[in-house]
Amino acid sequence: MDARFLPLFVVVPMASAFLIPLFAKLWPRFADLIANAAGAVLLGLSVYGAICLFTDSQVLLYHVGGWASTLGITLVYDHLTALVALAVNTVGLAALLFSVRYLDHYTGRWKFFSLFMLVLAGLNGVTITGDIFNLFVFIEISAVSSYALVAFGTDFDELEAGFKYMVIGEIGGTAILLAIALLYAKASTLNMAVVSQVMAGFGHTPLFWCIVATFLVGFAVKMAMVPFHAWLPDAHPSAPAPVSALLSGVFIKVLGVYAMSRVMFNVFGLSRANAAAFFNLLLAFGVLSIVAGGLLAYAQKDYKRLLAYSSISQIGYILIGLGIGNYWAIVGALFHVLAHALGKGLLFLTAGSVEHATGTRDLDKLSGLEKNMPVTAWSYLLGSLSLAGVPPFAGFFSKFFIVVGALSARMYWLAILAALFSTVTLGYLVKVVNKAFFGRKDREPTPAREAPAAMVLAMVGLLVLTVALGVGFKPVLDKLVGPAANVLLRGLGYAQGILGR
Amino acid sequence: MIAMFACMVLLLIGLYAVVTKRNIIRIIIGFSLVEYAVNLFFALVGFKTGGIPPIITDVAQSRSNFVDPVPQALVLTAIVIGLATTALMLALAMRIYEKYRTFDITEIRRLKG
Repeated sequence: MDARFLPLFVVVPMASAFLIPLFAKLWPRFADLIANAAGAVLLGLSVYGAICLFTDSQVLLYHVGGWASTLGITLVYDHLTALVALAVNTVGLAALLFSVRYLDHYTGRWKFFSLFMLVLAGLNGVTITGDIFNLFVFIEISAVSSYALVAFGTDFDELEAGFKYMVIGEIGGTAILLAIALLYAKASTLNMAVVSQVMAGFGHTPLFWCIVATFLVGFAVKMAMVPFHAWLPDAHPSAPAPVSALLSGVFIKVLGVYAMSRVMFNVFGLSRANAAAFFNLLLAFGVLSIVAGGLLAYAQKDYKRLLAYSSISQIGYILIGLGIGNYWAIVGALFHVLAHALGKGLLFLTAGSVEHATGTRDLDKLSGLEKNMPVTAWSYLLGSLSLAGVPPFAGFFSKFFIVVGALSARMYWLAILAALFSTVTLGYLVKVVNKAFFGRKDREPTPAREAPAAMVLAMVGLLVLTVALGVGFKPVLDKLVGPAANVLLRGLGYAQGILGR
Repeated sequence: MIAMFACMVLLLIGLYAVVTKRNIIRIIIGFSLVEYAVNLFFALVGFKTGGIPPIITDVAQSRSNFVDPVPQALVLTAIVIGLATTALMLALAMRIYEKYRTFDITEIRRLKG
C-alpha cells in the first residue's frame, strides 16, 4: 500500500499554522477558512489511512528522506495509530468549527488558529511517528502551543493556570527527555522498533526499570493521573472552550495514554505476564484517579472545572483497562479513548456554548437554560449519559468491556468499583443538568439565546458520532478497536511489522 | 561517570528551586537548570574518554575513537525547544507581573477547589 501521504499529517497543520498569519492580514476570515480546511483535510487523511488498513491489514510505513529504519525517522500507521488519529482529528475539526463563532469575543483571532494548528500538528506527529526522539519533539510542539492557548485569555485566572500548567508540564517533558537519554545510552539507537529489539536482549535489569520509571513520570504528568494531576483542573477550565475540548478530549490521551502504551507495550515489551508489578502500579494510579477525580468533581460549582475533574476520573478508567492488561480490558480502554474523546469534547463545547450565551460558568448563577438553548441542553444530557455508561451510547460499551476484562482476570473488586463509579459519573454530570438546564422552579430561566449555527453544527456532529459509535459498536470493535488492542498485546511483535524481521 | 552524577545533582538543585521558591523568576531559573542538567547528561552519553570529533578526514583513522555525534544533534534540538519554553515562560511571567503587580506565587492564588 502506498504510504506517501503519511508526512501530510504533520505537513498540513504545520503549513496552515504558518499560512494563517500571512493571509489573515489580507482578510481576518482567512484564518477560519484555512484552519477549518486543514482540519477537514486531516480528518480525511486519517479516514483514508484507516480505509487502507481495513482493505489490506498491512502496516503503512514511510521512511522520511528514504533512510533505512535503523538510521532515519520512520512514520508508522497501524490500527492503534488509526484509532488515535481519528479521535484527534474528529475532535479537532469540531473544535475548529466551534471556534469560528466562539472567538467573536476574543481578540487575536489568527494567533488562536495558528497555535491551534500547531497543537494539532504535534498531536498528529505523536501518533504517526516511529522514532522515540521525534516523539519527544512532537510532544513538546503540542505542549508548548497548548500552554500559550491556556493563557490565551490573558486575564488573572488564565495567566495563573497557564504558568502552573507550563511549569508542571515542562518538568514532565524534561523527564521524558531524560528517559530518552538513558534509553539511548543503553540502546544506541532511536527508532522504536530497533530499540525494542535491542532492549529485548538486555532483560529487566535495575537500569531498565529506572528508564521505565522515568518515562512513566513524564507520561503521568502529561495524562494528569492522580497524584500528578494538580495542573489539569486549573488549565482545562481556563482555556477557551474549543481548546478545553481538544485538551480534555484528546490531548491528555495522545500525550499520556497513547504515548505511554506505545512505549511500554511495544518498545519495552511489558505485559502482565512479565511485569505484573508495573501493571499493578497502573491499576493503583487508575483507581486513585477514578475515586479522587470522581469525588472532587461532585464538589465543583464551575461548569468547566467539574468537567475537568471528570476527565481525571475517566483517565482512571482507561488506566485500569490498560492495567488489567487482558484483551477485553485493553479493548475497553481503547474504546474509552474514542468514547471519552467524543463525549468530553462534546461536553466542553456545550460549556463554551453556555458561556458564550450567558457570560458565566458558575452553576449557581444558571438555571432553566433548556427553555432557550434546547440543542445545547440535549447535547449535554445525551453526551453525559454516554460518558456515564448508559446503553446504547458509546461509553456503555467501553465500561462494559473493562468490567468484562476485570471479571475474566478475576479482579472482582475492580469490576465492582468500575460499575459503582459509573453511577458517580452520572451523578456529577447530572448535577449540571439539574442546576443549569432543567428544574429550579423557584428561579427564573437565565436569559440566553441558542448558539449560532456553526457551534450547533459542531455539537450535533459530535453527538451524532457518540450515538453512532454506541449503536454501531460491532463494526468499530471488529475493524478498529480489536486490531488496535492486538497491536498492544503483540508487544514486541510491533518491531517485526516494521522491520520485517 | 562523576560528570553524570554531577548532572543529576544539578538536576536536583533545579528541581529544588522549582518546588520551593516563591519568586516566579527563580522558578524559571530553576527550570532552566533542570533542562541544562538533562541536556548535559544527554551530551555526556555520547562522550568517550580520549575521543575525537566525529569529522572523518582520513579513512585510515580508527573508527572506534569517535565520540557519538547523534546525542550532540539531539541536544541541539532539545536546546532549541528549551529556548522556546523559556521564552514563553518569561512572556507569561511578564504578563503575570502586569496583572498582579507581583512575582510572588503565594499572592497569585485565585484558582482552587
